[in-house]
Amino acid sequence: MKWYQDTPCRETHGRVLREHFGVAAEAGQYIIALAGNPNVGKSTVFNALTGLRQHTGNWPGKTVDNAQGAFTYRKKPFLLVDLPGTYSLLAHTVEEEIARDFICFGEPDATVVVLDATCLERNLNLALQVMEITPNVVVCVNLMDEANKKKIAIDFPALEKELGVPVVAAAARKGEGLDALRETLYQVSTGARQSNPRRLTYSAAVEEAVQKLLPNVQRLVDHKLNPRWVALRLLDGDKAFLESISRYLDLQLNWEAPQEVAAL
Amino acid sequence: MNGTVKPMTTLAEVCAEADALRLSSGNALGDAIVSDIYANAEEIARKVVAHKPQDKSAWDAKLDDILTSRLLGYPIMLALLGMVFWITIEGANVPSGMLADAFFAFQDRLTEWFQAAGAPAWLHGVLVLGLYRGLAWVVSVMLPPMAIFFPLFTLLEDLGYLPRVAFNMDSLFKKCKACGKQALTMCMGFGCNAAGIVSCRIIDSPRERLIAILTNNFVPCNGRFPTLIAIATIFVGGVFAPEYGTAVAAMVLTGLVLLGIAATFSVSWLLSHTILKGEPSSLVLELPPYRPPQVGAIIYRSLIDRTLFVLKRAVIMAAPAGAITWILANTYIGDMSIIGHLAGWLQPFGYAIGIDGFILLAFILGLPANEIVVPILIMSYLATGQMMEFDSLEELRQILLSHGWTWLTAVCTMLFCLLHWPCTTTLLTAYKESGSVKWTFLSFLIPTLIAFAVCFAVAQTARGLGLA
Repeated sequence: MKWYQDTPCRETHGRVLREHFGVAAEAGQYIIALAGNPNVGKSTVFNALTGLRQHTGNWPGKTVDNAQGAFTYRKKPFLLVDLPGTYSLLAHTVEEEIARDFICFGEPDATVVVLDATCLERNLNLALQVMEITPNVVVCVNLMDEANKKKIAIDFPALEKELGVPVVAAAARKGEGLDALRETLYQVSTGARQSNPRRLTYSAAVEEAVQKLLPNVQRLVDHKLNPRWVALRLLDGDKAFLESISRYLDLQLNWEAPQEVAAL
Repeated sequence: MNGTVKPMTTLAEVCAEADALRLSSGNALGDAIVSDIYANAEEIARKVVAHKPQDKSAWDAKLDDILTSRLLGYPIMLALLGMVFWITIEGANVPSGMLADAFFAFQDRLTEWFQAAGAPAWLHGVLVLGLYRGLAWVVSVMLPPMAIFFPLFTLLEDLGYLPRVAFNMDSLFKKCKACGKQALTMCMGFGCNAAGIVSCRIIDSPRERLIAILTNNFVPCNGRFPTLIAIATIFVGGVFAPEYGTAVAAMVLTGLVLLGIAATFSVSWLLSHTILKGEPSSLVLELPPYRPPQVGAIIYRSLIDRTLFVLKRAVIMAAPAGAITWILANTYIGDMSIIGHLAGWLQPFGYAIGIDGFILLAFILGLPANEIVVPILIMSYLATGQMMEFDSLEELRQILLSHGWTWLTAVCTMLFCLLHWPCTTTLLTAYKESGSVKWTFLSFLIPTLIAFAVCFAVAQTARGLGLA
């Protein structure tokens, strides 16, 4: 089942990026989002990829720092957007809301999720949540040097198979794995590499509710978003998400609408 | 409607449907979704991660047990704090003196140049005796302690100790229905309250963020440390044998910081039970692994980002304040300078809270930057109307004693300095961060009331008991 569009409308996309996220991309630039838990070396990865070509500010209307940086790989221009460090995307905090909204509505060409190799299990939560929103994910398992020191071994082929998205091992502080990360980002952004992200298994009660809700959600989001994910958020009872979704997709959050239709 | 009726589904309808489903399952779907995601992560991790038998890395778990233990957590925190103060006071003396010598030597040259150029006395007064001396004072008094305190503090931060502090203090903040991360914003406040208030952004709940913003001022910032250090050293430390002076002064400072923390907790508790009612949000506090400090990064962050930033601000504020104070102290109405009149008018208020009119005036004139309070005070004490050059703290002690300072004056001045209103930069930052005049005003009003109340109580009690 393929719910996503391959080529988002570039013009609208640019406008959304500019106005809602303060991200001014040049024509032809690939947008890469950088997500990860706090303290996993996300900034190190960011700095290593972009060098000095970065600029910082705030997310529009939010008191949360925002950093963007550019880099070129194989003659293709990339714009890396550093998302706030978060433990999840369930939007309990402003940071989570920003990260979620950017991945969801900013439609980055690829999203890197940086994980801490020394506590992979907890970090995987975020990766799985990102993968529910977008298939264009590159998982970067960072701090491999520390994991090696602690004698933690990670089976990367198996991890890649389990997740269904490209996985790169890195020790960004030592500059290890960054070339592989650039190459993978290039492949995913240009569409040369297609992923088939793992579909999360939910307990029976959740799955049943999702199935009931799915047909209507599908009609509502109309291939713009992953309907399964939207259904899950609605079942979550996340009101802030409703505001986001209506704001970005110009859907009317209009509670009177049914009555008007009835009146007609 | 243009007639093309499509089988439309509105967000509202889908929401209603989702709400019905959610409520029919007892509103437990949200929790189920979260635990399902965790279960997926756990399953994957089990398949791909192998922990080889290890004997190392247990040391950091052990260290955590000690640093965050119920019994030792607080004593270690206090000991570290005291040690940082001790190193700062002890280490700052020599470079402070050297800087002062250099600055005042240059001042003599300036004076010569002014005389050679035939500049009028008032111009020399405003520019050299007012503006330049104010600057010189602030730089020589503030720079050395900052250049020692900030790197030490950044070192603790870099080692990973500060999150442990937040962990230790989390339960206390919970009891005050505030956020444990407030401890981290307080740590930032040691450097600069404005920076501390900006760092309140790490607190997610708007209610808890406001509490943290309103109480950040109770942590003495770097602008107030020199005042506290000087008074603690000459009035409390000086009582004991000089070789213990530094240690005693460090203890007094630690005690003052504790008092500030107590004020933070009381006000947080009061706020979250009155105008900022609510439950504390849960907090995932990660204890990051201890990492070897990166010396280059520490020096850069503490010296460039913090020290120079604070210093620049102080200089910008101190220069005009020095000039204005000189003018006020040298313009006479009748037989008294303007400063004399103002201080005379403030005298009854000052006396009631254990200080005097000049001290209160210095705090008021020091509103732009706390670091200029002592220079202003000295300048207005002295008939010459210039900021003094100190060769030693002993000279300062003599000046203060000759203006009727007692131990009570010293204590009340320190208390007032610790608790009084924030500086203008902090107020502006509070306004920027809260976006509201009301909260900004409260962030001024609360400390002000507390400072007056505490000093009043201390002064009246001491006098009532015949101690002073």
